[in-house]
Amino acid sequence: MVPTNYYVILSAILFGLGVFAFIFKRNIITIFMSIELMLNAVNLAFVAFSQALGKLDGQVFVLFVIVVAASEAAVGLGIIILIARNRQTLNVERVDLLKL
Amino acid sequence: MTAALVVFFVLAALAVIGAVSLILQKHPIHSALSLIVVMVALAGLYLLLGAEFVAAVQIIVYGGAIMVLFVFVIMLLNAGVEEHTSISKMAGAPGLLLVVALAGFVAATIAKSTESVQAAPQTGEIASTLGISNMIFKDFVYPFELTSFLILVAVLGATVLAQREKS
Repeated sequence: MVPTNYYVILSAILFGLGVFAFIFKRNIITIFMSIELMLNAVNLAFVAFSQALGKLDGQVFVLFVIVVAASEAAVGLGIIILIARNRQTLNVERVDLLKL
Repeated sequence: MTAALVVFFVLAALAVIGAVSLILQKHPIHSALSLIVVMVALAGLYLLLGAEFVAAVQIIVYGGAIMVLFVFVIMLLNAGVEEHTSISKMAGAPGLLLVVALAGFVAATIAKSTESVQAAPQTGEIASTLGISNMIFKDFVYPFELTSFLILVAVLGATVLAQREKS
């Protein structure tokens, strides 16, 4: 058996990489992908704890997280298409309508 | 070192390499392909944990539906190589430092608390797909119904957002 700690540490590493991608990347689609990476990292922790405790609540939560991620992707990509159409760019630094 | 541990380390390395590659790739389509590697590796880890249903859903929904949506949008918008200004490059180093601190703190805190988790008695409720369906349709039936409403709202929202305005 692999200790639960290993899964949790891997989950933290993946979450950290997701956060870094979120603040470092400049393409709005890639930023969106890093959000998905963070959600995946959390899912891994959920499943690991669910297995460690011998209860299935964690796996049910993972299914709900996946549903939310799917609907988020649908709406978010709609917003991205709208941004690309209105501003002709995917670079978040060029989307500065609220900047002084 | 048991076989399970070897499989874990291979899949974990695959996931971390995919995530690092997502950051290093300049073109969004390459980032998307790296993310698919991460998701498949995570599905393997779920299998290793004995959560077959979650692994299947991970492959079908994440690897299949969501990533295809991403690749579609990247190709639809003809997204090119991303450009970095000097300020965004400067944000990299302190950002990396902060993220390492964050991940280390989270890992240390949770790893400390898992000692009590591993000491907890196993209830042995491992027959996962049957158990999950029992939980979803009995204990979590209201949240489950709410998710269908959420998907309906998301579909409507995406349609309204993406349609062309009539002039």
